[in-house]
Amino acid sequence: MIRVEDLRVAFGQDANRVTAVDGVSLSVREGECFGLVGESGSGKSTVLRAVSGLNHDWTGRVSVAGANQSPRRAKGFFKTCQMVFQDPYGSLHPRHSVDRILAEPVAIHGLDDADGRIDRALREVGLGPSFRFRYPHQLSGGQRQRVAIARALILEPRVLLLDEPTSALDVSVQAEILNLLRRLRAAHGLTMVLVSHNLAVVANLCDRLAVMNRGRLVEELTVDALRHGDARQPYTQQLLRASQGYDRATAESFRDFA
Amino acid sequence: MSDQPLLEVSNLRVAFPTRQGVAEAVRGVSFTLGREKLGIVGESGSGKSMTGRSILRLVPPPGIVTADRLAFRGEDLRDASEKRLRAIRGSGIAMVMQDPKFSLNPVMTVGRQIAEAYRVHSKASAREAKRRALEMLEAVRIRDPERVYDRYPHEVSGGMGQRIMIAMMLIPNPDLLIADEPTSALDVTVQMQILAILDDLCGQRGMGMIFVSHDLNLVASFCDRILIMYAGRVVESCPASELRDARHPYTRGLLDSLPRLDDPRRDLPVLTRDPAWLTDDAPPEKAR
Amino acid sequence: MRDKAAVTMSDASPPWRAWLTTDTPQSRLQARLGRAWTGWRTFRRNRMAMAGLLIVLALVVVAALAPLLAPHHPYEQDLANRLLAPGPGHWLGTDSFGRDILSRLLYGARLTLMIVALVAVTAPVVGLLIGTVAGYLGGWTDAALMRVTDIFLAFPKLILALAFVAALGPGIENAVIAIAITSWPPYARIARAETLTVRHADFISAARLQGASSLRIILGHIMPLCVASLVVRVTLDMAGVILTAAGLGFLGLGAQPPLPEWGAMIAAGRQNVLEQWWVAAMPGFAIFIVSLGFNLLGDGLRDVLDPKGD
Repeated sequence: MIRVEDLRVAFGQDANRVTAVDGVSLSVREGECFGLVGESGSGKSTVLRAVSGLNHDWTGRVSVAGANQSPRRAKGFFKTCQMVFQDPYGSLHPRHSVDRILAEPVAIHGLDDADGRIDRALREVGLGPSFRFRYPHQLSGGQRQRVAIARALILEPRVLLLDEPTSALDVSVQAEILNLLRRLRAAHGLTMVLVSHNLAVVANLCDRLAVMNRGRLVEELTVDALRHGDARQPYTQQLLRASQGYDRATAESFRDFA
Repeated sequence: MSDQPLLEVSNLRVAFPTRQGVAEAVRGVSFTLGREKLGIVGESGSGKSMTGRSILRLVPPPGIVTADRLAFRGEDLRDASEKRLRAIRGSGIAMVMQDPKFSLNPVMTVGRQIAEAYRVHSKASAREAKRRALEMLEAVRIRDPERVYDRYPHEVSGGMGQRIMIAMMLIPNPDLLIADEPTSALDVTVQMQILAILDDLCGQRGMGMIFVSHDLNLVASFCDRILIMYAGRVVESCPASELRDARHPYTRGLLDSLPRLDDPRRDLPVLTRDPAWLTDDAPPEKAR
Repeated sequence: MRDKAAVTMSDASPPWRAWLTTDTPQSRLQARLGRAWTGWRTFRRNRMAMAGLLIVLALVVVAALAPLLAPHHPYEQDLANRLLAPGPGHWLGTDSFGRDILSRLLYGARLTLMIVALVAVTAPVVGLLIGTVAGYLGGWTDAALMRVTDIFLAFPKLILALAFVAALGPGIENAVIAIAITSWPPYARIARAETLTVRHADFISAARLQGASSLRIILGHIMPLCVASLVVRVTLDMAGVILTAAGLGFLGLGAQPPLPEWGAMIAAGRQNVLEQWWVAAMPGFAIFIVSLGFNLLGDGLRDVLDPKGD
């Protein structure tokens, strides 16, 4: 469903040129949930943004749903592939009501039955019609994220990209959103790519994952292998140990992997 | 070493008058702290940060802090003058906050900020202060203290910025450190290293520490005792090692709703909030 | 932090207030009215701002009802009663042609209002358009538009207005055009600054990811966020616009006699300012009060519309 080959992204000019993604290749099967894990600066979000069409400055090959993509996407692409962002407070326009936020994609693509679609989308994410005319400042963080998910799904895409969708949420709300994403994936047969720094979250939602460090892909493994601690690369093992909680001896053993 | 607890808090309340009435952020929190690491865990809105700040009387106006008892090393802080509080802040109680970007002065070199922190609480000369600052930078495992001394805050990474904060806060040798989400903005491996530094320094100096966080697992593995807060009250209080046996339904709900690597179960039980939690008292703390 | 158990709510609210402040509006209209209501309540709490609003409303009412309120005709000359001091019959005195100053002030309010309204409708709109396009598109579009803005900003307002009026000929319409032309650059700068702040926000990225065109994003997403700062700035600028128009009128380049424009009235009273002070002072007070009103209103609006408070 998604295939990335030798993706390279760099920012800045000349002396300030920073390579964010350095030759990353991966592929995601249809209906699969693929995790992309790494610390800050690993390039995981940059990969996602290149696949989504937000970032125009990359080299390599990106193909979604069998079609090779150029850096600037056609409008039809966005009906196939949508994204949910990390910050629920920043991803909704502060002056637009929920109704307006959901009606916009429908209007852009000229779809019919806007009212019906909006109602269905709200119901699907667990928000009733009473939320339809609220403004973002009248919603909690979890509710805003649900609206963001509804906005992504209202175009009925086949691929859903998620950039740390629960990092900014409370623990109890995170569980609700993870369950919601799982249910939606099953109901619509979505292909999902989840970017996160949290191994437990990735293990909960995904089937397979890739670990990134400093712009390079370190290792690909299945979630089962992760759960059993079957990581081959030392960087992955270090990440695993770090996510077990604080341990004085372990903290001592951490290295910087360039 | 006297038996007197380092910090005694009894019925702490923080109230904010608003147009619609009085909103209480902290509603009757009580605990004592010895020379140990106490974790305060809660979600957003639980009042955990306010609790930490009210000990230092750093609650922003129009907040009002009241308590039956708020004593540090036996001294009552409730009616202490602003002058006395200034003396205590830094040399008695220090605070490390979440993002060093916002707590470090952007127009001064980091070394100078640490030296200033030392000179505020001691009558040292500039050269002596610089020497102590360099010592402190080494103590927080910064490899090249001379070079980092002349750096500006925007030139250092998040992890290094937090180490600098710790150096700055610990240089006057306080007895109590309040850490408000000190590692939440950092990567996981950097988190571990910062916690190791805190662990070592506080252990060597016999300091008490209050560690405020939303990360239950982290606090359980790092601290000695844990307080769980919900809606401004303490709903559970237990030794860190016994967190798995927690009794309050909110704590159990939180623990259950966390995704875990070693648990192949997919669907996470969702926490249902019982309105009774807003008013019930916490189950009594088990004997240590 | 807000614990519902501890908060006390005020009782006895009428049903329409509950309808406006409900957390679950049932329609777009209800939601919009609800927001407007909340904004109004915040505004109302500011006494100075309410005073400013009253002054501006008074200006509008006076302008509308001038024929009914004015005791005399503004152009009616009565040379036997020239330069009368304020008193019964002529509450603000008469000018050098025997015309009643009070009536002229009331009719002059119409001119002031017209100037203010025309400038407020043209200059900010142009500035908003240029600023948002420059800020969003960036690159050479931004550079070109901003250089044009800089050129207009380099001219002192009054001088450029003078030049324009000199080219087109004196008259109140040309004065308004001249003022509008010199007023738009600051609005473009404000709009561009706001645009740059929000350009990289996630909600803009989300809109791009839906396939929205740049035009849709600028019109629907960016402009609404700039409007608040612009409204505040426009209101505060109205005082300056009135003074500029008065200045042009004073110089004889704006409103032509016998139009009762306040600036022209001050000019006419210039020769007698020491003995018959009321001829120049009364229109001066009027300008002062109206400018003050707009300033207070602008300050109050900033408190309500400030996006950072949202």
